[in-house]
Amino acid sequence: MTSREEILAKIKTNQPGARPLPADLTTVPGGMESIMQFKTVLSAIGGAIVEVANFEEITKYIQQEFKDKKRLISTLPELGSVTESGWENKDPHSYEDVDLAVIKAHFGVAENAALWITEDLMQQRVVPFICQQLAVVVNKVDIVATMHDAYNKIGDAEYGFGSFIAGPSKTADIEQSLVLGAHGPKTMTVFLLG
Amino acid sequence: MTVGLFIPCYIDQFYPNAAIATLTLLKKLGVDVVYPTKQTCCGQPMANSGFEHLTQGCNDLFIENFSEFDYVVSPSGSCVLHIKDHLHADKAEDKALGIRKKIYELTEFLTDVLKVEKLTASFPHKVGVHQSCHGQRGLMLAQMSELVEAPFSKPLHLLNMVQGLELINLKRPDECCGFGGTFCVAEEAVSVKMGKDRVADHLNGGAEYITAADMSCLMHMEGILRRQNSNVKVIHIAEILNAQEF
Amino acid sequence: MSTGAKDHAQLSDIFNKDEARVDWHDETLWFVRAKRDKAANSLPEWEALRETASQIKDNVLSNLHDYLLQFEANAEKNGIKVHWAANGEEHNKIVHSILKESGVNRIVKSKSMLTEECHLNDYLHKNDIEVIDTDLGERIVQLAEEPPSHIVLPCIHKKKEEIGDLFHKHLGTPEGASDPVFLTAAARDHLREKFITRKAAITGVNFAIAETGEFVVCTNEGNADMGAHLADVHIACMGIEKIVPLRKHLSVFLRILTRSATGQPITTYSSHFKKPRPGQTMHIVLVDNGRTTQLGREDFRNSLKCIRCAACMNTCPVYRRSGGHSYHTAIAGPIGSILAPNLDMKNYADLPFASTLCGSCSNVCPVKINIHEQLYKWRQVIVKEGYADPKKAMAMKAMDFTLSNPSIYKFAGKAGRWVLKHAPFTVNNKLNLWYKHREMPESPKQSFGEWYKQNNKND
Repeated sequence: MTSREEILAKIKTNQPGARPLPADLTTVPGGMESIMQFKTVLSAIGGAIVEVANFEEITKYIQQEFKDKKRLISTLPELGSVTESGWENKDPHSYEDVDLAVIKAHFGVAENAALWITEDLMQQRVVPFICQQLAVVVNKVDIVATMHDAYNKIGDAEYGFGSFIAGPSKTADIEQSLVLGAHGPKTMTVFLLG
Repeated sequence: MTVGLFIPCYIDQFYPNAAIATLTLLKKLGVDVVYPTKQTCCGQPMANSGFEHLTQGCNDLFIENFSEFDYVVSPSGSCVLHIKDHLHADKAEDKALGIRKKIYELTEFLTDVLKVEKLTASFPHKVGVHQSCHGQRGLMLAQMSELVEAPFSKPLHLLNMVQGLELINLKRPDECCGFGGTFCVAEEAVSVKMGKDRVADHLNGGAEYITAADMSCLMHMEGILRRQNSNVKVIHIAEILNAQEF
Repeated sequence: MSTGAKDHAQLSDIFNKDEARVDWHDETLWFVRAKRDKAANSLPEWEALRETASQIKDNVLSNLHDYLLQFEANAEKNGIKVHWAANGEEHNKIVHSILKESGVNRIVKSKSMLTEECHLNDYLHKNDIEVIDTDLGERIVQLAEEPPSHIVLPCIHKKKEEIGDLFHKHLGTPEGASDPVFLTAAARDHLREKFITRKAAITGVNFAIAETGEFVVCTNEGNADMGAHLADVHIACMGIEKIVPLRKHLSVFLRILTRSATGQPITTYSSHFKKPRPGQTMHIVLVDNGRTTQLGREDFRNSLKCIRCAACMNTCPVYRRSGGHSYHTAIAGPIGSILAPNLDMKNYADLPFASTLCGSCSNVCPVKINIHEQLYKWRQVIVKEGYADPKKAMAMKAMDFTLSNPSIYKFAGKAGRWVLKHAPFTVNNKLNLWYKHREMPESPKQSFGEWYKQNNKND
């Protein structure tokens, strides 16, 4: 018998009688309150929020705040004037020196300020992790209240890779002292659009 | 209503005043109390050490002593919990089950059965309340800090009826004192450290007395207080609820 | 305990020699518990969430066979290669063979308690494969040549000065530098080089979804993602109990995992790996290592519901004052104490006794494992299976004899307070460990029984 067969056989013998799945937890609907919460939580976890009306404002913001940065990339054609062109589809290691990556999120979650981003929005999976600083654009109307709403929204969507990203990378492994910028981005800016 | 008074072995032997206060208090509240004189122990020390299979003698004796009463009441949350969870008898399982349903820790009996709303006690001192784990988390005498639920406390509800009593605040309202039965010697170092830390919390809060619904925790903390030559005393909650100090 | 090895009580005794350090350790972890409380209290539906999570996990255990098959089929469909390992050794061999096939001898690994449980690092090291742990805390204990002392905070037992010394020795940071920000930056540089140069990455798995064949890895540092997305080969190692039926169930678990663990609303990264990226190979190793046996133990099976949040450790008054290493097993604390005896009852016979049964662990557990009740039940099993100290067994028999015979009990009581000699706090202990740091209770003039007899006559 292979280990696979052995394990499965043992489970079949040992697993208890059927237990039903619980009903879904009901959630409260979002709204303006959700946006307030999203902003509050994002600040609390070390992220920065920038409310913008359009991509021109984002462009202007990047020009001002990241003007000393050498390598800026974005998956958003609207930001083409301030970011590198032709960076896509290279070896993932080649993004090691990216100072700022600007990408789009499908939606954000108010209760934890997490942003749902799948690989089609990252171009390369490593991009939001390897860059020194990360900025994410999300529409104000796309802020949902809780993770239950989030997964309702994701549904059975197809993706190869997706991640909830909430704030800059961080660690508190040394004496519980919170330090931003562990292995991933040291900062995270969220452009709240609309 | 006739109540069988269950006095755990170590209270019988070391803390008769807690037992006397329990008996007096119940009588004062008009309860017909009987103390079966042939009782010894609930068997918990053995069971918690992994020897539950050796407790049948204790169980049989317990059933013999207490099955006839309307209620069984005891001034020890821990012993009550043990009976509630583990009293069995091959010959008389129905009697065992009956006792498990009608056994009460003193403060829960006063609150839930007698529904006491007024006491004539007076105890003008600063008191720290130790939430004994088995009473609190096992019998749910009070809400637990880990849960997101509405607060309540049967011991505090009663202590608030005592004149002159001032409750002190603790930094950790329901951390274990480290007694833990045989744990107190089997894991001596951690047990002592837990006890010291619990006592320190009460001392920092300015307690003159530490009280609890379980004498075993108090015995542990008393051992530490006395080693530290502290003036702070331990006192069973029954003694406070029965006190007439002015 | 095996001969020569120290048990929890002995190791705790050593840990407690430095009381100031115990205070520091206790306060640090209590701080984490306090953050957990705050996070839990921010959700009015917290208890309903725990109940829901618990029920989902109950369902998983009752249907594990089919869910695993479903997961396997979907994962394979997604292009992930699925392996099955009956035990730790087989797991290690599978990982090694994948690396060998890929011609890789230097790898990065993000946090995986399963690989700790299987002692993968030792195994690979013996086979000339270099493993770099990339979680900061794990890297620190790796440099110190120690196991993690906590499943979420691996180096919580270390002071920043000690970490500074380690970094000075191994990473060349200036002597005496101990600022966490500085040390973290040094580790970032040190580990970036590893991420960039290593061709294979191992990660753990927090949740694996039967419905879709994807798996989720949660980190705050981003190390799992850095490793996986830069490597040609990604190996994810998971215990078979990590299965969750539906993708939407992640909402429940991602809401409670980090709130329970550190008080954060969610980890920085909750990454869903469904397919390898083009050109990459992705493997999943499904590991039993005693889990199917535990599944068959009715009293203990629901320990398999554990999502490894460590809330039970942070709240445990014993863990906080004895340190993770005192449990001498990969998973310390209350949950470790109910998992370990399943793997080796003899070696871990001490662990279920390393508790006061206070019950705080069960209350914080986000999947409602009755941890303290299982500790009690393990004690019964360990004694019955003959792993208890024989002297203790004799004393217990004597105790039962006395306590079930009222006349002997009374006689013993009179003859110098029987309880003083035989009660739990002094039982069978010539050295009287009670008295070491505690005064004995004072013997009153008469017992309550004697008083009652006297006063009842007067009635």
